[in-house]
Amino acid sequence: MKLHPVANLLVQRIALGLLLLLAVSVLIFAGTQLLPGDVAQAILGQSATPQALANLREQLGLNDPAHVRYFRWLGGVLQGDLGKALSNGQDIASAMGGRLWNTMFLAFWAAVISVPLAIMLGLIAVRYQGRWPDKVISAVTLSTISLPEFVVGYIAMFLLAVKYRVFTSVSMVYDGMSFGDRIHAIALPVLVLVLVVLAHMMRMTRAAILNVMQSAYVETAELKGLRPFTIIARHAFPNAIAPIVNVVMLNLAYLVVGVVVVEVVFVYPGMGQFLVDHVAKRDIPVVQACGLVFAAVYIGLNMLADVISILSNPRLRHPK
Amino acid sequence: MKDELSYLLGRTARGHISRRAFMGRAAALGVSAALANTMLAQAVRAEGPKKGGLIRLGMAGGESTNSLDPALAASEVPMQVSFTWGEMLVDVNADGSINYRLAEEVSSSPDAKEWKFKIRKGVEFHNGKTVTAEDVVETLKRHTDEKSKSGALGIVQGISEMKADGDMVTLTLKDANADLPYLMADYHLMIQPGGGFDNPAAGIGAGPYKITVNEPGVRYGFEKFANYFDDTIGHADQVEILVINDGTARSAALQSGQVHMINRLDPKIIELLKRSPGVRIEAVPGRGHYVFIMRTQTEPFLNNDLRMALKYAINRKEMVEKILGGYGHVGNDFPINSAYPMFDDTIEQREYDPEKAKEYYKKSGHDGSPIILDTAPGAFPGAVEAAQLFQESAKACGIPLEIKRDPDDGYWSDVWNKAPFCASYWGGRPVQDQMYTTAYLSTADWNDTQFQNEKFDSLLLAARGELDATKRKAMYSEMAHLVRDEGGVIVPMFNDFLSGVSDQIQGWEADPNQELMNGRAQVRCWLA
Repeated sequence: MKLHPVANLLVQRIALGLLLLLAVSVLIFAGTQLLPGDVAQAILGQSATPQALANLREQLGLNDPAHVRYFRWLGGVLQGDLGKALSNGQDIASAMGGRLWNTMFLAFWAAVISVPLAIMLGLIAVRYQGRWPDKVISAVTLSTISLPEFVVGYIAMFLLAVKYRVFTSVSMVYDGMSFGDRIHAIALPVLVLVLVVLAHMMRMTRAAILNVMQSAYVETAELKGLRPFTIIARHAFPNAIAPIVNVVMLNLAYLVVGVVVVEVVFVYPGMGQFLVDHVAKRDIPVVQACGLVFAAVYIGLNMLADVISILSNPRLRHPK
Repeated sequence: MKDELSYLLGRTARGHISRRAFMGRAAALGVSAALANTMLAQAVRAEGPKKGGLIRLGMAGGESTNSLDPALAASEVPMQVSFTWGEMLVDVNADGSINYRLAEEVSSSPDAKEWKFKIRKGVEFHNGKTVTAEDVVETLKRHTDEKSKSGALGIVQGISEMKADGDMVTLTLKDANADLPYLMADYHLMIQPGGGFDNPAAGIGAGPYKITVNEPGVRYGFEKFANYFDDTIGHADQVEILVINDGTARSAALQSGQVHMINRLDPKIIELLKRSPGVRIEAVPGRGHYVFIMRTQTEPFLNNDLRMALKYAINRKEMVEKILGGYGHVGNDFPINSAYPMFDDTIEQREYDPEKAKEYYKKSGHDGSPIILDTAPGAFPGAVEAAQLFQESAKACGIPLEIKRDPDDGYWSDVWNKAPFCASYWGGRPVQDQMYTTAYLSTADWNDTQFQNEKFDSLLLAARGELDATKRKAMYSEMAHLVRDEGGVIVPMFNDFLSGVSDQIQGWEADPNQELMNGRAQVRCWLA
């Protein structure tokens, strides 16, 4: 049976993605083995006796060769068993699950606001290219991206939480909180994240569409007498989707894996702080699990970007 | 005028007028701020605590790796959490006396080797079980077990025999120790049902609050335990502890009224915080201190003249001003200050003296190569800046210091207790014996200065069993001189505990034992 060329491409991409994830799992495992200090020593601290060290090494299976430990770990992961945290004995999958859900919740709302906003602003900037709306949009978004995110965070906190008390500075969310309370709690971090990712996506939208605007068919559309905004939104934008999707996905990935600073500033219980705490304690199984989740998110989103680019290209969708 | 003042005091104590408004009106009546403060504190106490409400703490010092097992508590948040659900045999009062908790009486044999603790009757654990002498013995046994990895192992190791008999717990010690009740006040030693062997991290104790939420590194929730034995504390219905490790986020949470108390204020922002309404700063002198550690058995610090040169080459007053913002006191190169019982206040204060430093440096015959000082931002708050100040003041004495800045990550395992010269801190202990035993006895694991002095060791052991306070004080004074003049520790400053407290909170007391009223602010304070 012959597959449709698009399906063929998709299968290929997904297979490549999985292969990449496997390679990353090797890197993560190797990387955590390279952390300075003996794992058992790091767990037990200064007061460790040689006997306790030997017991713990035995218990953790540290005496086995690295490849044996790798396959044992991989086997567990494939069965959904991420093991137990060394530091406090919690089940990693359930402890991390809650944190991952929180991170996704924050990233989702930041994306829901920032992606349409960035694309809209990009379209407006093209429509008024070189005139004041374009300049204002560029200047504002570029200055918010140029400030470090903790500065933006502190400014937002000072104005909106301490001075006018519209929102709370502590964005802690927990089980049993109503949806409305949750949204209210994450308002400030969402605002900061939107400001941080907006510029990149907006600039890319603007650049990609301007590129297309040079084409002959856009000139034809102009000569037909179409309204400028219709030309941009209906004719130019669909052809610029591929590069825009790529940069959107990069920013979405950032919203999931790169927001530790915002989490710390707003005391948001997400994945970032969770990972940092466990790295400091050399809690290797947790670090490996977090690394794997982050890699999966990154690879998954990039794969999605590829797929959307392929599907948005009529030449690939309708082969001769 | 007097009537008006007492009327105002009553209104303020009952929470109808804010503290700030009271201070303003008192000033208008010609009462000094200090006096008004004292009067207000008295009025509030006379009015008595108010029951109910939710007290919320925002704290630094918690990680997602924390466990509820009190044996493993090593930072501020786990300690505060233990003090909320747990109860110990005894606690230490702010004035240094013993506060009887689960033990209602303590007595010792004349040689201070056998100690008897009489367990209070009718006290309940949160699971409904009655607290017995067996629970106490089992708890202590669990901490003696190496596998429990208890922070109190060093304390319970000195007990050779534990016995429960009726409501009496008898502990027999290997060596005499007149301070045993203070050792039992260690925050790891929360009494757990059955000693906590089944589930050490259950969070079930005999304390004033039951734990309802346990999200390590994020949030802890508590509700009042209805059958708590002591109704003089535990006023709020609920307590919540939020982990806020970022300093700015912590003070913003206090200013915006989301939490009532925060710990570990940065001295740099205190002046700013003072100006914000509804918030006050509580600076409490404690026993914690910052140190520069010279390893006395490692080159180049084998030479006491070089150690003395460096001790004279540091400007302690400048450090208290610049590193602590004035919220602290100068140290004197031994780890004890006036917050300890039996402190000898006649020991001469060592000053910055470039002439003497030069003299000792010359006498030491050091080759003039740079002396490496290891430091890291996390060694203590301001440790890198303090090292830079030290470098400058030593340079003026002709002593070349070179700063090696290490990352925080791994500092305590790779640098501290290994590098010949490094920055560090000590949290202080309730009594002198414990401080010296932990870090200055020649055989101590944490003897980070490698201090080896036979005379010191024998004095320490003799003082430990000495029940005559005058003789004991004289021994401690002699030991202080030995550490100060021959030891490897430079103590530039003792830091205050700096907390931010909302005006809604009443019943605050300065407690030098640990920060936030020895970990019990949420239990001892009430909402106005």
